[in-house]
Amino acid sequence: MNSPFLKLWGAPILLGVLTLIGLVSALLGDGIWDTVSACALGAPVAAGAWYGLRGWRRA
Amino acid sequence: MSSHSLRRWSWIHKWSSLVCTVFMLLLCLTGLPLIYHHEIGHLLGNDVVAPRVKPGTGRANLDDVVQAGRTLYPNKIMMYMSQEADEPAIWNVTLGDHPTDEHYKPIAVDARTAQVIAEPAFEGGAFMSTMFRLHVDLFAGLPGKLFLGCMGLLLIVAIVSGVVLYAPFTRKLDFGTVRHGRTSRLKWLDLHNLLGIVTLVWALVVGATGMVNTWADVLLKYWQATEIAAMLEPYKGAAPPTRLASMDAAVKRAEAAAPGMQVAFIAFPGTPFASPHHYGVYMRGNAAFSSRLYKPVLIDAQTGAITDQRELPWYLTALLISQPLHFGDYGGGWMQFLWALLDAATIVVLGSGLYLWVQRGRAVKRHAHAVAQGGKAAPAPVRAGAAR
Repeated sequence: MNSPFLKLWGAPILLGVLTLIGLVSALLGDGIWDTVSACALGAPVAAGAWYGLRGWRRA
Repeated sequence: MSSHSLRRWSWIHKWSSLVCTVFMLLLCLTGLPLIYHHEIGHLLGNDVVAPRVKPGTGRANLDDVVQAGRTLYPNKIMMYMSQEADEPAIWNVTLGDHPTDEHYKPIAVDARTAQVIAEPAFEGGAFMSTMFRLHVDLFAGLPGKLFLGCMGLLLIVAIVSGVVLYAPFTRKLDFGTVRHGRTSRLKWLDLHNLLGIVTLVWALVVGATGMVNTWADVLLKYWQATEIAAMLEPYKGAAPPTRLASMDAAVKRAEAAAPGMQVAFIAFPGTPFASPHHYGVYMRGNAAFSSRLYKPVLIDAQTGAITDQRELPWYLTALLISQPLHFGDYGGGWMQFLWALLDAATIVVLGSGLYLWVQRGRAVKRHAHAVAQGGKAAPAPVRAGAAR
């Protein structure tokens, strides 16, 4: 699991797959499908916010 | 990656982004209010609310609904009438001077009493209309749309080349590292890479579906020139209908022909969704996915008989599916909110990209200046942040 490829691309691929799940899920149904969609689509947003917003105070 | 191919991909990324960045910033900024157009319409008081009626009031005769619009504008002709899936109490009726009138009059008619409820503000009022036009065609009609489509293609090139460049720039870093406390350039480079890679799939999908949407007019014209033209063969030489058949009867026939489906919109003769001799009645399903797909039922506008019902061709189906994926309007409030945040993240990616380019240009100039002065030149700014 510690291959250089996964270290570099593991997170982007995971977030990409979650984004796709989020985009497709809500198309297919309502209710639980929308919830799945919101959670999956929330992952890239959360990752961007977490890594993008931390460290500003220290700088 | 060899330095030769690194340089080539950098060149592709730089120029594809530079050309489209200003337009993409505009699209991101105008797209933000469009995500919330329903809510903004509500705040501005531009949305139409159906009045309460006695429970058990049925559907009004559609001919009366049409008549309500025509009474308001006796000199105009009917273009479309449509219903939103979640508001069966309202018919949105549009009338114009001719079947492709861009300055049509929108009217909201009560679907139960056939009374005019309101004349909604055109395209949601001055503010939303401006946002919409800037977003869709830059006030330039079809050429504007196709131009924005080209910018969308460049965006896709920029995203793909950006992914290629992601590797050499971040290979030695843990995912998500943003190097604060060193140079401002390094910090923004890391942020550009981070937000670029987390929004990657979303931006690709929204960019590609946006590009597909710019072809809507062209696809419709193609459909008219091929399938609708074929359906019109038997009508060759016939004069357009002078008296239109009952809309109510036509829709009842369409509903009977497409059980389990409901009317999404009706195109009147001469509009791009009908033909000069037909009503185009577009039915949609009731489930989440099937409600996005339309089945056209073509009805002879003179006799009111169904002449043809066929599946939409694949390219129009693709267009219809690409629309929700561009608008982000199919998953409720959370999806809207995430759409807005992803849009904002994209603005940061575009802005930081622009900053990195301007900043690098300055650094190169400083370096050249220092060399020309014969002084000790600072090391040239390294293209690939890989060398640190």
